[in-house]
Amino acid sequence: MTFLVPLPVVLPLLGAALTLLLVRRPHLQRVVTVTVLVATLAVSAALLAQTAANGPMAVQVGGWIAPLGIVLVADQLSALLLVVSSAVTLCVLVYSIGQGMADGHEETPLSIYHPTYLVLTAGVTNAFLAGDLFNLYVGFEILLVASYVLITLNSNETRIRAGTTYVVVSLLSSLVFLAAIGLVYAATGALNLAHLASRIETLPEGLRLVLQGMLLLAFGIKAAVFPLSAWLPDSYPTAPAPVTAVFAGLLTKIGVYAIIRTETLLFPGGRSADLLLIAALLTMVVGILGAVAQSDIKRLLSFTLVSHIGYMLFGLGLTTSLGLSAAIFYVVHHITIQTTLFLAAGLVERRGGSTSLDRLGGLARLSPLLGVLFFVPALNLAGIPPFSGFLGKLGLVQAGVAEGGMLAWALVAGGLVTSLLTLYAITRVWNLAFWRKPHPEMPGPDATTTDDDDDESTGEERPGTLLPRMMVGSTAALVLFGVALTVLAGPLFEISTSAAENLLERTPYVRAVFPGGAP
Amino acid sequence: MTPNLTYIVVIGVLFATGVTLLLERSLTRVLMGVILLGNGANLLILLGGRAGEPPIVGTTSNEEMSDSLPQAMILTAIVITLGMTAFLLALAYRSWQLFGHDEVQDDVEDRRIMELAERDEGPGISETDDSPDETSDEDAVAVEAGGAR
Repeated sequence: MTFLVPLPVVLPLLGAALTLLLVRRPHLQRVVTVTVLVATLAVSAALLAQTAANGPMAVQVGGWIAPLGIVLVADQLSALLLVVSSAVTLCVLVYSIGQGMADGHEETPLSIYHPTYLVLTAGVTNAFLAGDLFNLYVGFEILLVASYVLITLNSNETRIRAGTTYVVVSLLSSLVFLAAIGLVYAATGALNLAHLASRIETLPEGLRLVLQGMLLLAFGIKAAVFPLSAWLPDSYPTAPAPVTAVFAGLLTKIGVYAIIRTETLLFPGGRSADLLLIAALLTMVVGILGAVAQSDIKRLLSFTLVSHIGYMLFGLGLTTSLGLSAAIFYVVHHITIQTTLFLAAGLVERRGGSTSLDRLGGLARLSPLLGVLFFVPALNLAGIPPFSGFLGKLGLVQAGVAEGGMLAWALVAGGLVTSLLTLYAITRVWNLAFWRKPHPEMPGPDATTTDDDDDESTGEERPGTLLPRMMVGSTAALVLFGVALTVLAGPLFEISTSAAENLLERTPYVRAVFPGGAP
Repeated sequence: MTPNLTYIVVIGVLFATGVTLLLERSLTRVLMGVILLGNGANLLILLGGRAGEPPIVGTTSNEEMSDSLPQAMILTAIVITLGMTAFLLALAYRSWQLFGHDEVQDDVEDRRIMELAERDEGPGISETDDSPDETSDEDAVAVEAGGAR
């Protein structure tokens, strides 16, 4: 069944080529994109089932035996993340199609949107499946280049301004990564991850530390870990809602994935564990303090995004199987929930005409459905039982207590405070945007008659403020997916635990790449 | 290849000048910085492989062959840098079209604090604030404030 492994990369790339040819046929473009993403989701699910049954699978691209050729490896971690990311990209795509159709003009989404979106997907899947450092770099570049185009779509003033920061910071992180690759190759003569796993151990301690530091720096910028996170809240909120949603869900998590992969496979033994834990603590606390101070929903959500990256590093920094499995569970939960919240924020922007808390109000009465779509993932993010956010945080806290060191206890405390402040920030949004009386400047039927009860029906007549069925439907699907993570938390934790054990053990990964033993 | 001092100094100079340019405000200079940094990184990768004769089986013995993998990687990296350069140029041009310059702007938070300072509401900011030279930025701030609020 190894032929499945390259498909999540190949399918979106072929789809991108096809949609580029169909630039003048928007309808066909949509059909192709949706089909490709559904197929990617199906393949990813099959991969997950396969890896859960048989362990990691590797495919030697072009038939060259590793370490000569390029290897794509699917283990439980990458298969799990593939499933979640393709489900999320599919929902976001349906949402953006709905947005384009509701706005009624052909330019939104632009004809270039579909090919770029598929290239982005291919980059994401390639990064998850990459079996060597240079292929990981290529995956990063593919998704970054696509994201540069998406973030500057329509290229108006704010997007150019925010896009410039984003592009320059991402370029810097790519260059650091590239330099790190050069150094790794110079030091070891290998780039294949499974090959490096044994070779890096023979290097002198100092050199190993330099390589680890450079890789952590490069991935830390991409994952928006605290001292390197200032670019994120400034650039994400300006992009169109679906673009922000898919960026928030996926791009930073690929940085986290790369950190997990390199730390467990190349630098085992937790030599940088304390550094990771301190970075995790600062990311959580500083990020959420930023969120508390915001008056715009999208910016607030961007800060919670930064803050919750800290939870994943927390789990990784504990270097125990329990911590790592909770971190993996948290990644899955956070991809889904953060994307859902950004999609809901997009709906709020359509319905209320703004995402600024100073201008919103009364949305719960205007549109109870929108209220539910925002409220459920918001509580989930804050970690209210019984949602998956609670389960993930509970797992992390348990792992931290089991570890028991001073730093681990500090992290447990920091995690709980962050959770509480997230709840505060989210409640503020809820109170201001959904509960108080509608703002007089808000567009909509009730702008003059704030106390009118039947504004639901009159609201439907205004095309500008209408909530299109496809956008609501895809957001609802993601909300349900988030709730499903709660219901299926048992099996999910089983997968993440066995993924974490495989990661810490390392031999299953290496054996999949080199069936005859590492050279 | 045995580490060659000239080579290493060249890489160091490329990185140093690249970082200096990257810290500039003008996007064109940032672009130059990215190009220099990219070249530095490429040379660094080349340093990692063994130098020698062309790696063609039959014409060169195994011991004398150069390592071709870094060259293949550099080729990929050059293509990526080329694409990035084109994109940054387009971005700088678009920025020049929209703003009349290609300088990287302050972020939203900075501008908000500056705004508060102008209205004397900022925490701990007094009249020592050097606002006279910001007259040209004020329009941009006003536009942005209109968009963000």
